[in-house]
Amino acid sequence: MSAAAALTGAERIAEAFARSGKRAALMPYLMGGFPDLDGSAAIGQAYADGGADLVELGVPYSDPLADGPVIQAAGTAALAAGATLGGVLEVGERLAPRLPVVVMCYANLVFARGPERFAAALAERGLSGLIVPDLPLEEAPIVLSACDAAGIALVPLVAPTTPQARLAAIGERARGFLYTVSVTGTTGERTGVQSELEAVIARARASTTAPVAVGFGIGTPEQASAAASAGAQGVIVGSRLVREAAQAADPPAAVRAVVGAMASALSG
Amino acid sequence: MPALSELEEAWLEARADESFRAELERLLRDFAGRPTPLYEAGRLSEAVGHPVWLKREDLLHTGAHKINNALGQALLAKRMGKKRIIAETGAGQHGVAAATACALLGLDCTVYMGTEDMRRQEPNVQRMLLMGTRVAAVDAGARTLKEAVSEAIRDWVANVATTHYIIGSAVGPAPFPALVRDLQRIIGDEARAQVLEACGRLPRRVVACVGGGSNAIGTFVPFVGDDGVDLIGVEAAGDGLATGRHGAPLTVGGRGGILHGSYSAIMQDDEGQITEAHSVSAGLDYPGTGPEHAHLRDLGRAHYVAITDTEALAAYRRVAELEGIIPALESAHALAWVMANPDGAADALDLVCLSGRGDKDLAEVISRG
Repeated sequence: MSAAAALTGAERIAEAFARSGKRAALMPYLMGGFPDLDGSAAIGQAYADGGADLVELGVPYSDPLADGPVIQAAGTAALAAGATLGGVLEVGERLAPRLPVVVMCYANLVFARGPERFAAALAERGLSGLIVPDLPLEEAPIVLSACDAAGIALVPLVAPTTPQARLAAIGERARGFLYTVSVTGTTGERTGVQSELEAVIARARASTTAPVAVGFGIGTPEQASAAASAGAQGVIVGSRLVREAAQAADPPAAVRAVVGAMASALSG
Repeated sequence: MPALSELEEAWLEARADESFRAELERLLRDFAGRPTPLYEAGRLSEAVGHPVWLKREDLLHTGAHKINNALGQALLAKRMGKKRIIAETGAGQHGVAAATACALLGLDCTVYMGTEDMRRQEPNVQRMLLMGTRVAAVDAGARTLKEAVSEAIRDWVANVATTHYIIGSAVGPAPFPALVRDLQRIIGDEARAQVLEACGRLPRRVVACVGGGSNAIGTFVPFVGDDGVDLIGVEAAGDGLATGRHGAPLTVGGRGGILHGSYSAIMQDDEGQITEAHSVSAGLDYPGTGPEHAHLRDLGRAHYVAITDTEALAAYRRVAELEGIIPALESAHALAWVMANPDGAADALDLVCLSGRGDKDLAEVISRG
């Protein structure tokens, strides 16, 4: 804890990107509290064992507008199993000594607690970053200043449809990394990597000094490798792993194998 | 966000365009049947003890005020060059209105509907299919309106270049609440002129039901500047406000929150998870509400009250017996409140928006005895 706690969230994330030893840092998504709190902590540990560089920790939400069916279903199951924000942050605290934890949480949960208290709660538990997928640029300043004050990196999202001027404004305010959505739409596995990916990533990289991580629709080692070749400095894998966690008899072993395959694809 | 800015710009432009307005007016008149009458409900007035006038949106084509909005937005989509329409629906009234507008204008249409609502409102599903609309079943959560809105938003985000989302109520991200209000204010504009013409004065109370709140905001807006007119929005108390099983975020008060892209009164738990609404009326079965209603409430300009399932069902039957009008269960909430709360003033005069007709609810009402 002590070495990690000395760094701000943004610094710890930057270090994870810089020291990944891969063509792109690997950031698997973990649904907090799915199938239950201990189960999700074990899956998170397996991510680290498999070679993850960071972890994106999802807080289950009643109305996850940015998520496709796999992550929605996992969130609903987590809530039904009694997951609370506090419980999920505790899962993050258990993982934080091993790798930087970036919390993915919908805006109403952040505002219900209040951005200052929310950011402080992340910092107290040694977590590094926050992604709020339904927080537009216009509403971001109050959350950004709360996060900055607490040493938490507020990571913004951009999409292929984000206009140039807006992209520049978002890129300028990016902390930790810039989450670049590879496709328009919700999270979920897709076949192939879009041919425009290279252009999307180039545009994103030109807008910011932060590393650019690509997510949405990346489910195979080939796709992860292709994203790195297209210029991504980080690769986020979500639905593929949540699906594995939902279906496998031994979720930690199963996700460790998937993360391991992704990690070697990114190391080659 | 860029799509929302594009929509706002297109709407401001269209609203100022004489030919767009003329085309919308023509369709509202010749296709939908506007203006709707303002009718003095004689036997209902006698039962209440003072005059009650009904704004007859139930007489519109497709049977509810929803067509005002659907026609306007479908015309706007066409003007914007979008050939594909998506919509959500709860009771099916908005879905049918959207399907109707799309058939009329030759647009491709997909309507998202919770599987629980599809079960409750089977005839409306058939109507939409008949008009060439695809009905997409939504099986998440409580399988009702909230989930249908979420699924429509997901579709829109993925297909925004080709698709316009005709949201059915005065909810969602800006500019939707304002756009829907603008298209529904024809209810209040007509009613205000009609009541002045018929009675020579303004009503003391204007009453409308509130789910998302589109018929209510459309009815209220022209009266907001009229100081002597009380504006009363009637929400669904469901099984009773104390049970927590209701759809009355404005009445209950509490902390504001974010749902479907706007900040307003919503039903949520301490952590900010959105809770399930409950109402016998599918159209009021929504845990959020239009942001302009929350604003009017906070200003003290409008007041919000709630009516239980039982009271609404009784009003549904009572108005049918008294007036030969079967009101939608949604509108029955507004009528129930008026019947339970007569105005004591000597110059009492109520104007109630009868937002839709109740044929769609027959099976539900009969099954409850």
